Amino acid sequence: MTYTKKDLVGMKNLTKDEILFILDQAEKFKEINKREVKKVPTLKGKTIVNLFFEPSTRTRTSFEIAGKRLSADTINFSSSSSSTTKGETLIDTVKNIESMSSDIFVVRHAYSGSVKFIAENTKAGVINAGDGTNEHPTQALLDLLTIKEHKKKLEGLNVAIIGDITHSRVARSNIWAMNKLGINVKLFGPKTMLPKETTPFGCYIASNMDEAVEDCDVIMMLRIQKERMSTVLLPSDREYAKFFGLNKAKLKKAKNDCIIMHPGPINRGVELSTELADCKQSVILDQVENGVAVRMAALYIVANNI
Amino acid sequence: MSILIKGLKIINHNSTEEGNLLIEKDTIKAITKETPQAKEIIDLSGLVAVPGLIDMHVHFRDPGLEYKEDIISGSQAAVAGGVTTCLPMANTKPVNDNSTITKYMIEKAKQCGLIDLYPIGAITKGMKGEELTEMGDMLEAGAVAFSDDGLPVMNSEVMRRALEYIKTFGSFIISHSEDKNLAGKGVIHDGKVATITGLKGIPAEAEEIMIIRDILLAKATKSRIHIAHVSTKGSLKLIKWAKEEGIDVTCEAAPHHFSFDENCLLDYDTNYKMNPPLREKEDLEAIIDGLKSGIIDAIATDHAPHHRDEKFVEFDNAAFGITGLQTLIPLTLKLIKDNKLTWQDFVRLTSYNPAKILKFSDKGELKAGKKADITIIDPDFTYLFDNKINKSKSTNSPLFGKELTGIAKLTIKDGKIVHKL
Ligand SMILES: [Zn+2]
Repeated sequence: MTYTKKDLVGMKNLTKDEILFILDQAEKFKEINKREVKKVPTLKGKTIVNLFFEPSTRTRTSFEIAGKRLSADTINFSSSSSSTTKGETLIDTVKNIESMSSDIFVVRHAYSGSVKFIAENTKAGVINAGDGTNEHPTQALLDLLTIKEHKKKLEGLNVAIIGDITHSRVARSNIWAMNKLGINVKLFGPKTMLPKETTPFGCYIASNMDEAVEDCDVIMMLRIQKERMSTVLLPSDREYAKFFGLNKAKLKKAKNDCIIMHPGPINRGVELSTELADCKQSVILDQVENGVAVRMAALYIVANNI
Repeated sequence: MSILIKGLKIINHNSTEEGNLLIEKDTIKAITKETPQAKEIIDLSGLVAVPGLIDMHVHFRDPGLEYKEDIISGSQAAVAGGVTTCLPMANTKPVNDNSTITKYMIEKAKQCGLIDLYPIGAITKGMKGEELTEMGDMLEAGAVAFSDDGLPVMNSEVMRRALEYIKTFGSFIISHSEDKNLAGKGVIHDGKVATITGLKGIPAEAEEIMIIRDILLAKATKSRIHIAHVSTKGSLKLIKWAKEEGIDVTCEAAPHHFSFDENCLLDYDTNYKMNPPLREKEDLEAIIDGLKSGIIDAIATDHAPHHRDEKFVEFDNAAFGITGLQTLIPLTLKLIKDNKLTWQDFVRLTSYNPAKILKFSDKGELKAGKKADITIIDPDFTYLFDNKINKSKSTNSPLFGKELTGIAKLTIKDGKIVHKL
């Protein structure tokens, strides 16, 4: 086993080999999802708790299906990040659920670094399902798997990540991973949504949409958090769509076989025009499908290391 | 009652000499090469004597949050750290915004008898940033300066009026310089590490904008301002400019800001979460230069004790602050060991200048006739900063459990030994 950690906290601390190993495993699990009986006994008797301190139906469902296909018992626990209810701390909550013999926690939390904090303070295996604006490793892995399937390789590809980079854990996880895999990453978004210091990303920062899209094999559009729109980051949806959204005309600059990705849910007409969201080049539903296989792989690997 | 301490290297802001210190009652009687008669003779050959350290910026959490620290444990931590005079900030619970609380703090410190405690009163009632407190009355009760530290005074008119009003009494305002809107929900410096960790950033400009505002208000009112815990290179440029303009401004830096930079936050360790946040390497170096050049007048710890429960949480939820009284000496001595500062600089920054800023004419120098507030340091003593050494009620320091070098071996306040290692 190339992967020896009990947790999957982020792409930042993984090696290239570890990333490729998880992708290999995911490809194997993908086959199971195509069978008529989509279930194997691999994690029978294991208890997986989806600890969601921030709502997310999609990611939680994907993890839940992944757990069930591996025959694990999956339990959902949700609570809000601020409600360390009745004075209970996050670690109190974790210890409590841990003591009911939980094997793996899948954790989503509103604060950056909180999943690492949990992982360091529990014996259970921990998988990060998104922590604040830090990381969302299984999303990056499913993105990579989708890219690999469509492009038959990873190294040397040109990828543009466009949108709210600062607040995107999807962007961060992808950037760390893609840098390690030899993918050329360009970033673009309104300056209000780019970190003050972009040098740690080691990516080219495009200065307009045309330049961002130019010669791309993959365009990854990020989701605009509409609830954040009321603040001073953006004037309006309309303005965003005009200068930072992707449409058919702008796509022409990319390679002919460029694929379009989006972590979902899409704000139609804002990040992506509807015709692009549903077009041939869009692989958005493949991403969702691959999410289950990647999460099966992650659960399987972590379960083997606890 | 007289004490003779022998074999010391006696350091002032402008002199260094070998000799013996003779203390009589609460006063330094003589600095001499002779060995005069004394009731008690202590031989501390090879150690360094400096004027008792004055920490212009501490948080003692008393009244109201005594589970973190109280005036007694704070005093004990102070003297163990070589500090004989402390100025606790007003963000207690209730806020020190009236003479009753000011008197309570002074009285409790007197009963404890380890340090001289001079409260900083709040600028505004309840530190709400709206109405001025009864500053005159609080000065009479023993307060020495005013600050809403922990919170900025966001309203520029309120700050202007505070500066104007305090002039009548010859005191001054201490600025916690932070534009709250710009700082937003930031928890660390807005730099490379914020990008890497996904933690929200506080831009350097949040500090600098308020510093320049307060400098300009001090200029307009011809009043006196002291800038607390300066942390950026830009802030120092602004303060340098103000000093050159003849504006009555002084400032302080905290040891953590010249010892650590933002890279310490790569692992989300909440013990490094402080406000202002740890900045970039460049800022750290600018602070060290500022200490040397005199742009920075004083070193103050911003001793900010917090209970473990307030730090053992998600980074965003963790309290800002670090204890500092017992790490002031080792962190500052590190700069001497690295040839960045001299011992005379040390004295200038930790007692001579603070005494001048605070108009304590009997402190800040080791000289016959001055008050016998003396700190004797063993600069080479290496030890583990653990529960045995730590006197604070709190342990929220990244240095807790680590090895340190340099310690207060003996602390004397008013001629009495208040700490002995
Ligand atoms: Zn402050």
